[in-house]
Amino acid sequence: MSPSVSRWISVLKTEPDRLVFGVIWARDLTRNFGAVSAVQGISFEVAKGEIFAFLGPNGAGKTTTIKMLTTLLRPTSGRVELDGLDPVTHQQETRKRFGIVFQDSSIDDELTAYENMDFHGVLYKVPRRVRAARIEELLNLFELWDRRDHQVKNFSGGMRRRLEIARGFLHTPKILFLDEPTLGLDPQTRNQLWSHVKRLNETEDVTVFLTTHYMEEAERVAHRTAIMDHGRIIAQGSSAELKRQTGTDSLEEAFLALTGTSIREEEGGSIVRMRRIAKLFRR
Amino acid sequence: MNAVYILWLRQLKRYARSRPRMAASLAQPLLFLFALGFGLGPIFQKAGHGSYIQFISPGVIGMTVLFNSMFSGIELIWDRQFGFLKETLVAPVSRLSIMIGRTLGGATTALIQGVIVMAVCALAGFRIQNLSLLPVALLFMALIATTFTALGTGIASLLTDFQGFQLVMNLLVMPAFFLSGALFPLSEAPVPIQLIARIDPLSFGVDGLRTALIGVAHFGIPTDLAVLAVFTAVFLGFGGYLFSRIQL
Repeated sequence: MSPSVSRWISVLKTEPDRLVFGVIWARDLTRNFGAVSAVQGISFEVAKGEIFAFLGPNGAGKTTTIKMLTTLLRPTSGRVELDGLDPVTHQQETRKRFGIVFQDSSIDDELTAYENMDFHGVLYKVPRRVRAARIEELLNLFELWDRRDHQVKNFSGGMRRRLEIARGFLHTPKILFLDEPTLGLDPQTRNQLWSHVKRLNETEDVTVFLTTHYMEEAERVAHRTAIMDHGRIIAQGSSAELKRQTGTDSLEEAFLALTGTSIREEEGGSIVRMRRIAKLFRR
Repeated sequence: MNAVYILWLRQLKRYARSRPRMAASLAQPLLFLFALGFGLGPIFQKAGHGSYIQFISPGVIGMTVLFNSMFSGIELIWDRQFGFLKETLVAPVSRLSIMIGRTLGGATTALIQGVIVMAVCALAGFRIQNLSLLPVALLFMALIATTFTALGTGIASLLTDFQGFQLVMNLLVMPAFFLSGALFPLSEAPVPIQLIARIDPLSFGVDGLRTALIGVAHFGIPTDLAVLAVFTAVFLGFGGYLFSRIQL
């Protein structure tokens, strides 16, 4: 029996109402760094075309999970499949199927917006003609076409982010990973970014896997949310389900009910401190 | 193949856009050429070795290629710091083609800098003895460039920040330059220096350049070419191996 068939059967047996045709599939995924266990046996599944959010405080293991899903880190144990492929054994094939926007910038400042896109297109073997048309389409959508020949070093934070997300869509991936894509952006830019992402999710049927610690974002954008803390998934479902489970009125309350209100001590720079201060003001 | 090309092209574009860097990297060789060439020139001549400008121009050209290629390799640290490295490492492209593309791109820019310095040397009075051997000189410059870009890339693969950069410059690049015979005839140097020069790739590069450009040989072109080709292959392998092991 092929592994995917046996997997479906086992999933159907244990969780009959689960999405067995998930484009992302993880079982008992674990990653240890020395004695520290960053991710402790998490299991989840994301359906094709779904927007799925990982919500959790700093240091919950969100980025480590993304790295394991995107071939950048080998799991210590457990299994992952992306579009039916194992990222550990089929690295190159898996990489063609997803796009990723990292937590911090990964564009070349010295190149122009267009050149950054073109570079990506060549690396992902998008044929020349398709590439040109696709770049124009995406830069237009993300409102960067007029600035295409400007070097990225002159761009604002919001423009850079838009460019990175546009680039992530360039090779028409089946799955787009967004690791805290809206960190440090103003509400207007965040709003605009999500509407673009949602539009592409609908028109191109791209599955979106995002991490965030903005509760309202997960609530607004994601079809389903998994709440992660201390390397474990402590709850998952639609925001309505999460609220019902915790008996709260908002996802923020559900989140605090599940993860507690203590501030996480984590090594981090000024961004972490600013987030904490922002959190206190929001109370 | 396309990946190699686009990475090569990127290095060239970055180079063409950083005019200040271009100018800054010309300043040092010019200083050596003028201060030493004209300052020590009369003494060199009195000692019966002929024109010092003629003698050190190939050395200064070799030094330009060394510094620029090493710097291009080390530039990898910048890409890591500014995040661009991740974009290339998660692409469906082999690490080896990324490393080769980067190295060839860096080597090309170093070669261009070397040619610019060669032109400046000509302005300062340097005369190439046999123009038909110019392609041989360019071949040696290309080999020096590839060797040290690959070495720089390999070292940069091990470094995660700029702290180690100065160390590399002081412990590797400077000795490689000063002990290579770029500034003095190795045949007149004490034995320890001669021995060290034999494990320095730049010695063979500069000797090949000098032989091709002014007809003065220490090891001779066949030895220079063979040894330098081995160094190039070894450092490409070394750089490629370390680059393939980079963890994000």
